[in-house]
Amino acid sequence: MEELRVVILVFISTVLINNFILVKFLGICPFLGVSKQVETAFSMGMATTFVMTLTAAATWLINTYILEYFNLPFLRYVSFIIVIASLVQFVEMFIKKSSPVLYKALGIYLPLITTNCAILGLALLIPLNGYNFITSVVFGLGAGIGFTLAIVLMAGLRESLEFGDVPESLKGVPITLILAGIMAMAFMGFSGLISI
Amino acid sequence: MLKRILYDFKNGLWRENPIIVLVIGMCPTLAVTNTVQNGLAMGIATSFVLLSSEIVISLFKKFIPNNVRIPSFILIIATFVTFTDFFLKAFFPDIATSLSLFIPLIVVNCLILGRQEAFASKNPTRRAIADALGMGIGFTWVLVLLSAVRELLGMGSIFGLTILGSWYQPMVIMILPAGAFISLGVLVGFMNVLKRRGN
Repeated sequence: MEELRVVILVFISTVLINNFILVKFLGICPFLGVSKQVETAFSMGMATTFVMTLTAAATWLINTYILEYFNLPFLRYVSFIIVIASLVQFVEMFIKKSSPVLYKALGIYLPLITTNCAILGLALLIPLNGYNFITSVVFGLGAGIGFTLAIVLMAGLRESLEFGDVPESLKGVPITLILAGIMAMAFMGFSGLISI
Repeated sequence: MLKRILYDFKNGLWRENPIIVLVIGMCPTLAVTNTVQNGLAMGIATSFVLLSSEIVISLFKKFIPNNVRIPSFILIIATFVTFTDFFLKAFFPDIATSLSLFIPLIVVNCLILGRQEAFASKNPTRRAIADALGMGIGFTWVLVLLSAVRELLGMGSIFGLTILGSWYQPMVIMILPAGAFISLGVLVGFMNVLKRRGN
């Protein structure tokens, strides 16, 4: 029962309190780049969530049974990035074969997930936090859902902003950053929600 | 030739500044600019990785097969990042602790991979060095400026030295995530104003 409690708390805190984008600054590139439309933002979020959950499982296994077993911590960055790159490649092939519609909807965003720093950040945070296998997978899932939440909210705001009267010099990136700042402020309200 | 190299060097400082103009490498820009010390350390670490990997890749560009160039670049970058990480942990443990996750995340900084793909893999080593230095310094000065603004407003100090006296009520929000987004947004907007004046 205690185990289950920890898992649920890790999930809630990753989605809301330690949101990867708005609190930890991981995955800002897709957050700024792919948040023009709600629909594409949602597809990007889903693909990232999928890869994050798989990455959490795969890197936990590799870290525990290979890197720590043979005492090779200096190979961590190199091996994690290879795992992520091949995982993204594998997911791409799998989706292409099993669901061509989804594959078409995700398009270019799928390969770009490799260089999303939220994924490598997730892989590196797991050994740092010392999670077990189940908690790691839930952590990956929560991080992905938190990512999706932030990017979809942002896309919704930017869609409304299309009709707004933005000063010439603030158009594009600056106003997006300021919006993100206000969102981050709103998410600060979650910080006292639970503590682990 | 010299003119060409000077042109490549100046490119990153302003005209194609990675943060202000190209808007890449955002994660470290926002995350570690809460104090000037962190901003400067991050800038130097990134510049070092950028310079070393541009040298190696421009030297070996003829031997790297085109199909596997991206994985090869990432492996070369990851090697230098591991080196930097261990160096900082050994000689500057305080800085390594405060930058924590963002040192290994230099591996996936789009600025570094982007420069390998766009520049180092196509140009001679001399020009790659000039490009790396220009981009590195361009990245560092924006980081230092941003962190100076945030540290001054958020804690009333720069480099840990109190600048604004005890009368100043620090705006804590500036060193929190929200302040990072807002101050970078205002900074880029301000640079846009300057750029439009220049034209």
